[in-house]
Amino acid sequence: MDLILVNLIDGLVTGLLLFMLSAGLTLIFSMMGVLNFAHASFYMLGAYFAFQISLYMGFWMGLLIAPLVVGVLGAGVERYGLRRVHQYGHVPELIFTFGLALLIEEVVQFIWGKNQMPYATPEVLQFTAFSIAGNSIPAYKIFMIFISVAIFVGLLYILTRTRVGMIIQAALTYPKTVEALGHNVPLIFMGVFGVGTALAGVAGVIAGPVLGTFPGMAFVLGSIVFVTIVIGGLGSLWGALVASLLIGWITTFSKAYNLRMEDLLTWLGFTKPEPIWDSAWRDMWSITSPQIADILPYILMVLILIFRPYGLFGKRDA
Amino acid sequence: MTDQSTTDPTKPAQRMRAGSMAIPLLPWCVAAVLLLVLPFIFTANSAITIMNQMAITIIFALAYNMLLGQGGMLSFGHAVYAGVGGFACVHIMNMDDFFASIPLPLLPIFGGLMGMGLATIVGSFSTRKAGTVFAMISLGVGELIAACSVIIVAFFGGEEGISGDRTYGMPFFGVEFLQQIEVYYLIAVWLMISAALMYLYSRTPLGRMANAVRDNPERAEFLGYSARWVRFYSFVASGFFAGIAGALFAINYEILTEENLNTTQSGIILLVTFLGGVGFFFGPILGAIVFTLVQTVLSLQTELWAFYLGIVFVVTVMFFPGGLAGIIMMHVPAMRLGKLGRLGVPYLKTLGAGMIGCFGAAALIEMTFHFRHASTGDHEMTIYWTTFDSHTVLPWIIAIAFTVFGFGVARRTAPDLVDAWNDANTPNGATQ
Repeated sequence: MDLILVNLIDGLVTGLLLFMLSAGLTLIFSMMGVLNFAHASFYMLGAYFAFQISLYMGFWMGLLIAPLVVGVLGAGVERYGLRRVHQYGHVPELIFTFGLALLIEEVVQFIWGKNQMPYATPEVLQFTAFSIAGNSIPAYKIFMIFISVAIFVGLLYILTRTRVGMIIQAALTYPKTVEALGHNVPLIFMGVFGVGTALAGVAGVIAGPVLGTFPGMAFVLGSIVFVTIVIGGLGSLWGALVASLLIGWITTFSKAYNLRMEDLLTWLGFTKPEPIWDSAWRDMWSITSPQIADILPYILMVLILIFRPYGLFGKRDA
Repeated sequence: MTDQSTTDPTKPAQRMRAGSMAIPLLPWCVAAVLLLVLPFIFTANSAITIMNQMAITIIFALAYNMLLGQGGMLSFGHAVYAGVGGFACVHIMNMDDFFASIPLPLLPIFGGLMGMGLATIVGSFSTRKAGTVFAMISLGVGELIAACSVIIVAFFGGEEGISGDRTYGMPFFGVEFLQQIEVYYLIAVWLMISAALMYLYSRTPLGRMANAVRDNPERAEFLGYSARWVRFYSFVASGFFAGIAGALFAINYEILTEENLNTTQSGIILLVTFLGGVGFFFGPILGAIVFTLVQTVLSLQTELWAFYLGIVFVVTVMFFPGGLAGIIMMHVPAMRLGKLGRLGVPYLKTLGAGMIGCFGAAALIEMTFHFRHASTGDHEMTIYWTTFDSHTVLPWIIAIAFTVFGFGVARRTAPDLVDAWNDANTPNGATQ
């Protein structure tokens, strides 16, 4: 029971981190109809900028400034890159963001080199918040949970309760009408793109010290984020939340509990072929759940796509 | 991209009725002769290695373009089909009795069938939608299979991959494929066969419908064609030829690893195809040739070649969505008017200056990189065959001067080039 609680917290941290990325991505998608392949690259930039700032001004200024810089960069990319490519259609847009992801990774390697940066959690948060049956929960994890929940609540409030949020929601569905009403829709698009990338930047700032700040960090998380929003349903904020938490918990639990395929197959009534090392099915029998934890999201995605192609919360015609 | 690739009624190749088999033979004959003669011109072993790599990339890029260019489907996981085809072929190479009964040149068929089989399974659910959804599914499935390669050791061989020996096959008219040059001709023949088949495929009604579905799926549906099935057939056909490319890779290198399946490989093939140009059949061929050459030459010269490649790629997507082939075909109208010559001098002025600027900028980038990342005390660097101290001021001044001069002149002469371009593209008498 105690272990379950610890894993629930761990999964929650992973899930909320994923959500910060997928929220921005799914917003941008429902707005422009294009998936920002470089989204995880902005997450990486957030971590690197925060590291650079923390060298001079400490962690907290990094948390404040880095997302702003990332957001401005993101808005610039929308204004001078995507808007230009938009005229060619969706596929070139996707290719453009893909190229951007490649380029950002190379630029990061050019500036900071290939090694992991010594970006660490702030000293204020380096203590144990509480412990459950001997498993200590570091305060930084609690801090991460609070930050991401605060951002989610803030985002939800802005989108549903404020005038700006109403205009954004209207612009998502009827951009032409909103433009006719006198709102500057391209500016709204640019703003949402900037905010989305800034969110990814925040995720990078707070994840960098835990998951490591290295040039491959975008790549590691990037495809999982896409899987998340496909599972949740493209363009759905709630779907992104549910899918992120689902993926967070699934991967954490399958890593924590060593379930073996052998037991499952025996329970199903199969007999283990002997000698096992020479059998064509040897990999089937030796699979354990920690081993496949990282590919479970992909399997989940394929299953979802087969049985519910528009995702958990997606609209049928999306 | 779409405006580049829509049917242009002025081009003879597209004026024909769909399904017509009257194809221009000249380019194919030239290509065949070139493939035959090239090893006699470039006799070095390294040259043949590069040409093999090039030919394999060409087949793969053409197969990829069946999706991207002709079908409008962007796949981020196409390396999987080539990779699985290759893995299957290595397994066949390791089946002693069976492999001894088939000649090696027939092996790619098995690779192709394997790629096709996998594409049939994946395509059955991934081709329902085009565009973003298709791209996401292809990415997810690609990642899934690439990740499986470490888990399913029996088929993928884990991290070290699997290797085989091509020479155990049944001798093919006495040839046992011990030498690189024999493998070259095997690959060259398969290159001709697959390129021709893919070209003919694009001329069939099915290939034409793929274009229609790419441009306007709704209208194609109204005409009574199922957009989904048209996409599915393109996907399966593309999987087949990707499998052939994978099989040729297996024959050439005799080893396959996880690297042949992963997203990096899929990204490279997208890059190659797009740089070459997706709007024309010869685009990916051009892209594969240029990319392989640049990769081989540039990666010897600089650590930063992927950085330059990234810049070139992003610039291409933003400003030349037709790729290299698109740029070349832009000059056809001027050529028709017989005014291509008028572009020569302005081109030389602007692009020459631009080149100088690019070289200057590249030197600056290299020097910055050396300044920041070289081991301490290592001040000496070599660039453009000159060795100097990167911590002194003079080289920086020279590099900055070249950059500013190059781009400055290019900027100054650009209006002339635009004038010359407009002049060359208007029929006589229309301008004055």
